[in-house]
Amino acid sequence: MSLKLNFTVPKRYNTISIALMLVGILAIVGLYITTHGKGGTPEEVHHNEARFWASLLQNSVYFLLVVNASMFFICATTLAWGGWQMTFRRVPEAISVCIPVVGVICAAILLAIAFGDNHTIYHWTSKEHVEHDATLYHKKGFLNTTFFAVVTVLTVVLWSVLGWKMRQLSRSLDENPIASLEGKRKYLWKNTIWAALYIVVFALTVMSSIPWLWLMSIDAHWYSTMYSWYTFASTFVAGVALIALFVVYLKNTGYLELTNNEHLHDLGKFMFAFSIFWTYLWFSQFMLIWYANIPEETVYFKPRAEGIYSGIFWLMFIINFLAPLLILMSRDAKRNYGTITFMALLILFGHWLDLYQMVFPAVSPDHVPMIVYDFGVALGFVGVIMFVTGRALAKSPLLAKNHPLIKEGIIHHT
Amino acid sequence: MSVKKFVVGNFYDEAVLFPAVKKVRRAGYKIHDVYTPFPIHGLDKVMGLRDTSLHTAGFIYGITGTTTAVSFITWALTIDWQINFGGKPFFSLPAWIPITFELTVLFAAVGMVLTFCWLCQLAPFVKKDHFNPRSTDDTFVMALECTDKTNEAEVIAFLNSVGAKDVSVEHRETGWWLGRYDQDTVKYGKKTEAAA
Repeated sequence: MSLKLNFTVPKRYNTISIALMLVGILAIVGLYITTHGKGGTPEEVHHNEARFWASLLQNSVYFLLVVNASMFFICATTLAWGGWQMTFRRVPEAISVCIPVVGVICAAILLAIAFGDNHTIYHWTSKEHVEHDATLYHKKGFLNTTFFAVVTVLTVVLWSVLGWKMRQLSRSLDENPIASLEGKRKYLWKNTIWAALYIVVFALTVMSSIPWLWLMSIDAHWYSTMYSWYTFASTFVAGVALIALFVVYLKNTGYLELTNNEHLHDLGKFMFAFSIFWTYLWFSQFMLIWYANIPEETVYFKPRAEGIYSGIFWLMFIINFLAPLLILMSRDAKRNYGTITFMALLILFGHWLDLYQMVFPAVSPDHVPMIVYDFGVALGFVGVIMFVTGRALAKSPLLAKNHPLIKEGIIHHT
Repeated sequence: MSVKKFVVGNFYDEAVLFPAVKKVRRAGYKIHDVYTPFPIHGLDKVMGLRDTSLHTAGFIYGITGTTTAVSFITWALTIDWQINFGGKPFFSLPAWIPITFELTVLFAAVGMVLTFCWLCQLAPFVKKDHFNPRSTDDTFVMALECTDKTNEAEVIAFLNSVGAKDVSVEHRETGWWLGRYDQDTVKYGKKTEAAA
């Protein structure tokens, strides 16, 4: 049997991704025009500017964390010595190529907000504001622009470099297979070391400091110890959904012959399990604050659960919890390409909404400013991810055929 | 409970067992069961067994647990014995979610264990015949059910041709009974006929 190992990007795929990127650029321009230069009271000007940056912040952080989740997927399965993902491992590898690209965009936006913006998003960037605010004054060792900039740049660089190393290790075997058992052991060991390094960096960034800095500091007075785990769960389940989408796409176009519904079943299990995990964290954060009923904490949920954002808040809860719970529960649903595609799209949208209600109620607590441009910006990022991933998929064979654990992936069944 | 006639073949290798099961089914013989010392992936599919409905039962038990928890707590805290907890409304669902979750898991878990025992006819003192004691050690045992019209010699020859060893015709109890293996083995072992 000859396998189709070399993916060529179809013309239509390229056209769509470039069109989506153009839509994104137009949406950013449109958003800029609608939010700037309209005059009004200083509060309105301030609010409009904040609304522009908030949209860029929400979209770039969301899509960066989603593509970053695929490198986490690779490293976690590597550390667990998993073999089942080997038949489609090149897919998350290709998605992780987006990390430096989206990372640069995201870092540029974050730095622009921290330094260039009129303290509309991050209030703690204003020195005089911090001087008169006891809470922010005590937090200024962590919440200051220098620390923010250093950590942001360092994080994106570390994710990119360690991800590059993992991909390079995987591709190094394509031309030079390892013959000896000893060599294979050494190779797996080397993989384990680099994956462990990535996981450590991931734990120190996505699972702790990064959501605090990038997202939680918009509500600088409020804090929650669940927040980072909650963000991680949100973006990881969306990341798995993205991997599943690309796997289904490649299967539909006739590639990935060795990947079948057994592998899809396991991706479905990840989507199901981490949707429940997300709900667990979401609810734990909500219930503790609801139960204690302390004003400093409930201020976070006032606009979200009860205020103007309650529609988005509960819609997101239905999409991200009830839908996966009821639709993905059965075994047949997880093995069905149609259901998985539908659920993957739904989950990606649901967690986009989740990030939306994490960012916007802090910026605009009185009304929901969601307009067509927000979706336009999101489509732009989708275009970037499609474009970069497509090119990365075409660059190397679709099967890591010389990996020591490849056989486990081929004979995998549940 | 009834004693039936079986043609029993022993296999000592999975690699022989799998094609043998396929051939036996294709030839149209009725496989009563295949007894193995350990679970074998894919054997259920080869034998053509249907998927278990244990998970559907589990779902129903889980839903029952959820309903029980929510309805009982609602009745207890809003109708029967209202208590003011920190000014919260009597009907305060978020506080009940953990207990609802626990009861859902408890019902599903206990219900599924009991259902599993029921489906497999497992209980203390319940005994079943499994044809060859070595099927718990190192032998794969395939039992083919015979009818009045079965030509045993033909079945034995067929089993031998697909790689079975020590083929024999046996009369065995198909249902479960309460008893002891040491006595019952003697009871049913007497009816064994030598293979032709």
